Amino acid sequence: MTKPSEIKLLGAPASPFVNRVQFVLNLKSIEYEFIHENLASKSELLLTSNPVYTKVPVLFHGNKTPIPESLIIIEYLDEIEPDVHRILPTDPSHRAENRFWANYIDTKFFPLYEELRMTPDKEGKEAIKKQIIEVSQLLEDTFVKFSNGKPYFGGDDVGYLDVVLGCFLAWTKFVEKHNDMKVFDEVRTPKLVEWVKRIWSHEAIKIDVPSNETLVSFYMMLQIHKPPRAA
Amino acid sequence: MGDVKLFWTWSSPYAQRIVWALKLKGVEYEIMYEDLTNKSSLLFKYNPIHKQVPVLVHNGTPICESLVILEYIDETWKTGAPLLPEDPLARAKARFWAKFNDEQVLPSLKHAYLSHGLEQEKAKGHALNNLDVVEKQLTGKKFFSGETIGFLDIVFGWIAIYLEILEETSGMEPLDKERFPFISAWKENFSDNTFFKEDRPDKEKLITMYKGVREYFRCTAAAK
Repeated sequence: MTKPSEIKLLGAPASPFVNRVQFVLNLKSIEYEFIHENLASKSELLLTSNPVYTKVPVLFHGNKTPIPESLIIIEYLDEIEPDVHRILPTDPSHRAENRFWANYIDTKFFPLYEELRMTPDKEGKEAIKKQIIEVSQLLEDTFVKFSNGKPYFGGDDVGYLDVVLGCFLAWTKFVEKHNDMKVFDEVRTPKLVEWVKRIWSHEAIKIDVPSNETLVSFYMMLQIHKPPRAA
Repeated sequence: MGDVKLFWTWSSPYAQRIVWALKLKGVEYEIMYEDLTNKSSLLFKYNPIHKQVPVLVHNGTPICESLVILEYIDETWKTGAPLLPEDPLARAKARFWAKFNDEQVLPSLKHAYLSHGLEQEKAKGHALNNLDVVEKQLTGKKFFSGETIGFLDIVFGWIAIYLEILEETSGMEPLDKERFPFISAWKENFSDNTFFKEDRPDKEKLITMYKGVREYFRCTAAAK
């Protein structure tokens, strides 16, 4: 059992990649210290612990080498505490499927939100919104396949893809509101709509979902530091 | 062992790493050659999302994405030495450097190879800076994994075949042995193995193909 205060997580509450690690720490009942990073003015700690990417999250476990990259951190936590709420399944082909879709979500789904923000013109935005809808449909099909009639991607309880996709739901709500669109809706993606409600009421998840105020502050910072492309 | 098929093409560094992993594990497999200019219906069936090689099909179940496939191979076949280390922290480090290679190192070399003139000079600088980071990781070691070949060596293995192809076809200088002594030595050590030499993609064929791709990109860019 991991001793309390042995684990530290460097992060920003608005970062979904940080949130997903927090979800896993909660699910595994691992106590940790949260070190708040200001992404507008990166700390010495971040620059030295993740010099390659200078991004959060970064996990510190005792005096060991810091571990960056959220999916890598999650697998590390699953390996050091395998007996408390296993995140990835044990079967190699199911593990492979989970890893494949995590990679897809991180490279083909979430980046569309940033692309939407960066695109200045209406036509361009409409094209990206269309892509988001298409991907959400694919995710609905994936949920149906993975859940197999059960409440979560992981089956009876939250698993890997539940935290991998679940961490993006606060930003999804934000994007929907600011772009007059529905990413998940009752007609196109009914199972995911139900799943979203379940995730947001889950004990280990709801405590670390960032507030709208937190996202708004972060969004304002992004608009200044990485302004949308010129029209 | 089961029925193992690998959808592969000789020009893909990602596909070639799967060949190495299967050979190291002593797994018998059948190659399903893919012409990427005329992809098969089977490839679309097994990889409908990305429609790319490599795809490993084990007893009818497809596994896509080369890093995912490597971990699958390591978890499924326990013959031979494990590809990934046992220790969770060492595994995390290996996964991190694999991601760095696939997201930064290889794409930056590819960008340098595809560009021309001033843009190529700038891209080359960036690619070499990435290789400096790799050199630092390898410093003091025979292989990335230590004394024996493992996961990270397979991930970086493209350097032993494709780097010189990228260099020759785009007019870049060969890897500087003074700046990269450990990568240079690692290349020799990695290449000097049966699993590497068997079924090694033909160098002349690769040069012709990569020259063609570079020219195609140059013409496409000029036409814009």
